[in-house]
Parts: sequence; structure tokens; C-alpha cells
Amino acid sequence: MNINGVQIDATFAEAFPMRGTRIIITAQNTKWAQIAAQTLTGFATSVIACGCEAGIERELDPSETPDGRPGVAVLIFAMGGKTLAKQVETRAGQCVLTCPTSALFSGLPDGDPIALGKNLRFFGDGFQISKRINGRRYWRVPVMDGEFLCEESTGMVNAVGGGNFLILAESQPQALAACEAAIEAMRKVPNVIMPFPGGVVRSGSKVGSRYKALNASTNDAFCPTLKGQTQTQLSPEIESVMEIVVDGLTAEDISKVMRVGIEAACRLGPRNGIRRISAGNYGGKLGPFLFHLREIMA
Amino acid sequence: MTMLILTLRSEPQQRIDVAPLTPDGLLDKSAGEIGDILLQTGNRQVRTGELFDIEGNDASHMVLRGATGKLDFIGRGMAQGMIDVEGDAGSYLGMQMKGGHLVVRGSIGAYGACELKNGTVIIQGNAGDFLGASLPGNKKGMAGGTVIVRGNVGDRAGDHMRRGALLIEGNTGAYLGSRMTAGTIAVLGKTGRYPGYAMGRGTLLLAQAPAEILPTFNDCGTHTLGFIPLLLKGFGGLDTPFSNMSESLRRVRRYAGDMSGLGKGEILVAAGT
Repeated sequence: MNINGVQIDATFAEAFPMRGTRIIITAQNTKWAQIAAQTLTGFATSVIACGCEAGIERELDPSETPDGRPGVAVLIFAMGGKTLAKQVETRAGQCVLTCPTSALFSGLPDGDPIALGKNLRFFGDGFQISKRINGRRYWRVPVMDGEFLCEESTGMVNAVGGGNFLILAESQPQALAACEAAIEAMRKVPNVIMPFPGGVVRSGSKVGSRYKALNASTNDAFCPTLKGQTQTQLSPEIESVMEIVVDGLTAEDISKVMRVGIEAACRLGPRNGIRRISAGNYGGKLGPFLFHLREIMA
Repeated sequence: MTMLILTLRSEPQQRIDVAPLTPDGLLDKSAGEIGDILLQTGNRQVRTGELFDIEGNDASHMVLRGATGKLDFIGRGMAQGMIDVEGDAGSYLGMQMKGGHLVVRGSIGAYGACELKNGTVIIQGNAGDFLGASLPGNKKGMAGGTVIVRGNVGDRAGDHMRRGALLIEGNTGAYLGSRMTAGTIAVLGKTGRYPGYAMGRGTLLLAQAPAEILPTFNDCGTHTLGFIPLLLKGFGGLDTPFSNMSESLRRVRRYAGDMSGLGKGEILVAAGT
């Protein structure tokens, strides 16, 4: 398959089941909602070492938020429900409760409930106030800038993590430009996040390592400087490879956003050094979700 | 299917307990069966058919036509459907109601919506004392649902209230929210003396400053509270001016009390009043 002169490999991205949730952070203005959201989603690129994968889904207009203030929707994913609940609570407590003017709400009313303000309320030291509004419980926790308003719980659903594709280019700047174009288009798709820095991974990994302590190590088959040293997947003209990883609430969301991203990258074409699109997989051993590139782009 | 209309034939001499006449109790009953239901009045029982003309067959939407203040316990314990009271209602309207809608075109007596569990009660006129309260001797008042009163209410509204919302568009009597445990009472009109007497928790949201605040309520200053727009937005599906008052009620003066008891309740008075 070839799109705009860019080869689409006959391979697939391999993704795995996760548990996910959406939370809504509001604040006095978008700037402070973003600050709270960015702080909460910091150090949340990969479950390998961060405990969860999190990112900003999109900014919300005041008309879309529970308290009528500007807000940000955040998606958080983890490998299990207990881990997700712990990560959400810890991050909410340290990053949103502490952030000036912020409030925190559920973005997924359905699903299995996990705590948001259920335990954070105890920060109020007995001065916290509960309010049940339209069947949902909220906590008003007195803090030094006024009150921290926080919904009791949010919903947790089954989700999919690890959707991905690789952009193979003739140079590092060209690979990055294609990734930026892809990410810009992908950020318009709901229900997904691209958790790595700027949405892009330059250190794609393979399972296992020659060092016993490591579960994963560099994906040497796609490292351009190792072309003559390992069983490479790269042709001579490829000088840089970058990966975009996607987590989403459903497999359909992943398929949709991968297509959008690949289309945007391919639009640059060989004239801008974009030569191939590939994907990371582990031979079907890692997860039950297989996203075949040629089927997605058909 | 047409809505079930019960028309009172004449003004009763004595009070009548109409608790059996709820959508739950009348579903799947024929007009004849409804007419045979016995209602307590004074020390005797009277057939419903002797007191009311019965039309229609859809008990999920009932109309009590020509109702008077002598009809007690309207909608008692109802869990579904709607009762539309064309006229006044007596005491204990919507007592221990679990769901559904109850609309009264006139005024009601004492203990309206007492021990309400859920559902919506709308009073177009006035309400007597102990609206949303607990029954005498009980300690759990209204525990859910929403009550809207377009007119005025008597004393002790929300006594022992535990949850839910009382939205009063007129004036209130004395001791509003007395012994309240939780929930919200909002008032657009004037509030009588000593609101929040012995309240442990809960919120009184007042558009006008009350006649007198107990010395056991402490002034916590004026604040812009984020939960108020959320709370008022929650009334958006109801026909009440409170749902459009986010801005005018957002900045409030907060009084915490009643310090003679638990002291975790609050009276929020719209700033500038």
C-alpha cells in the first residue's frame, strides 16, 4: 500500500487492555485549568515506570463544564483498576487540590466508580461539606484560597492502550515535522490521548533486554545508527524513526485516530522526506488488540 | 388511556384521609374498583365513589379536581406517576413520598412533604408549618427530592431535614431549617426570625438578609463560592427562578452555626442585601 508516495507496511500495531477514566478540571480561567491538568498529567508517559498514562484530551468551553467555568478534559489509563484509582487519587490530591482556583469533576458518569473527592475530603479536617446535586455527591473542602469543589467519584471503564505507528523519514527534522502534523490532527479526535512528550516517542522499545533487570530495551531494528550492526528494519535512506503512541477509551477510537494521524503524516510525502509508515508489535504476544495498518487505511 | 380525574362532589364536612388514592395504589384498577376504596373521614369510612366523580383510566396521571384543604395525606408514600391537585390540599401532602411528581395549584396545610424521600413537589400557593419536616417525635425529616413553593411558608420549614432541596420563592416563617442535619433550603423572599436554630449541618441560601440571626451563628465573611452555580444549575430542569440566579447568588456572606450544637451548618446571604 502506498499513500501519497509513502509506503504503508503490511504490519500491525499491537495494543492491550487498560482501565481508563476521564476527569474534568475547571479553574478561574483556561490558563489555570491547563496548569492543573499539565501538572496532573506530568510524568505519565508510560505505565512501565509512571504507574499510569495520562494526557489532556481537550479544552472545554464554560458551557461544557459542570460549574460553568473554563476547563480541561483529562484521560488517565492504567493496567488495572486499583492502580488507576490510586494514581487518580494521588495525582488529584497533589496536583489539582493544590492548584489555585481549581475544581475537579467526573468526566465519565457511567462505569465503575473510583474515588475523586471521596478521600480527598478529609483534607478538610472535619470542615468539609457534602452536597448532593442531581444524584451526584460533591465535596466542598475549605482551602486557603476559598473552597476546593470536588466530585465524590468518577467512572472507570475498560479501555485500550498502546495503539501506535512509526514514521520513517530521511532526516530527524523531517520525522519530527511529520509527527507534529500528525499530532495536531490527532488532537482533534475525542476519547484518545497521546501520552508521550508532545505526543511523540523517539525511544520506541522492544520487549526484553540482554540485562536481566530490564523488561524492555531500545527497538534496535528501528535504530538508524545500528543499521549495519543488527537485524535492521530500515532501508539505507532512512535516517530517523519516531513513534506516536495512542491510548483510547475504545478500539474504534484508536483505529480512527491512527488513520487521522497517518493521513496527516503521509500528506507531507517523500518530497518532505517521509518514506514509510510502520508499527510496533510483539508478534501478537502482548495484547488482543491488533491494528493492521493497511486495514485501517483502506 | 385518558388521565384519571377524581372530582370532589361537594365540600366535605370533615377532613378526609385520601392516602389510598395514589398512582401506585390505583394502577390497573377500574373506575368501579376505585369507587369502592374506603377512605377514613372522622370516625367512619366512606367509599371513594360517594365523595368523588371518577373519569378516565390512566392512574399514572391523576387529577384531583375541586380539592380543598380538608383532603389530607394526598400522595402519601407515592413512588411514581403524577398527581395534579386542582385546588388546595390539607396537611401531610406528599408525606414519605418516594418518587413521582405532585403539583398543587392552591395552598397546602401543615407538614407538607414531611419525611419526603424522593420526587418533586410543587406548591403554587402557600404552605403551612413544618414543610419538609419530620413527623412529631421523629428525627428524620425530608431525606431527598425537591420541593418548590411559589408562595410563602409557615414556621419550622425543613425541621430535621436531612437531604434534598426546599426552594421557597416567597417568605418564610420563623425557625427556618431548625434542627437541620443536611440538605439545602433556598429562599427568595423574606425570612422570619432565628433561621437555622439548632442546625447541625446543611445550607440555608437566602436572597435577602433574615430578620434576625441567632447569636450562635458566626460571621465568616463574604465569599464567591463555586458550588452555588453548580447547585442552581442542578435545578435547571425545574420551573424555578433559582436556576437562573447563579450570578446574583454566587457572592454570599457566610454565617456558620448553630454553634450551640454541632455548628457545621451555614446560612449564606446574598452579598449586598
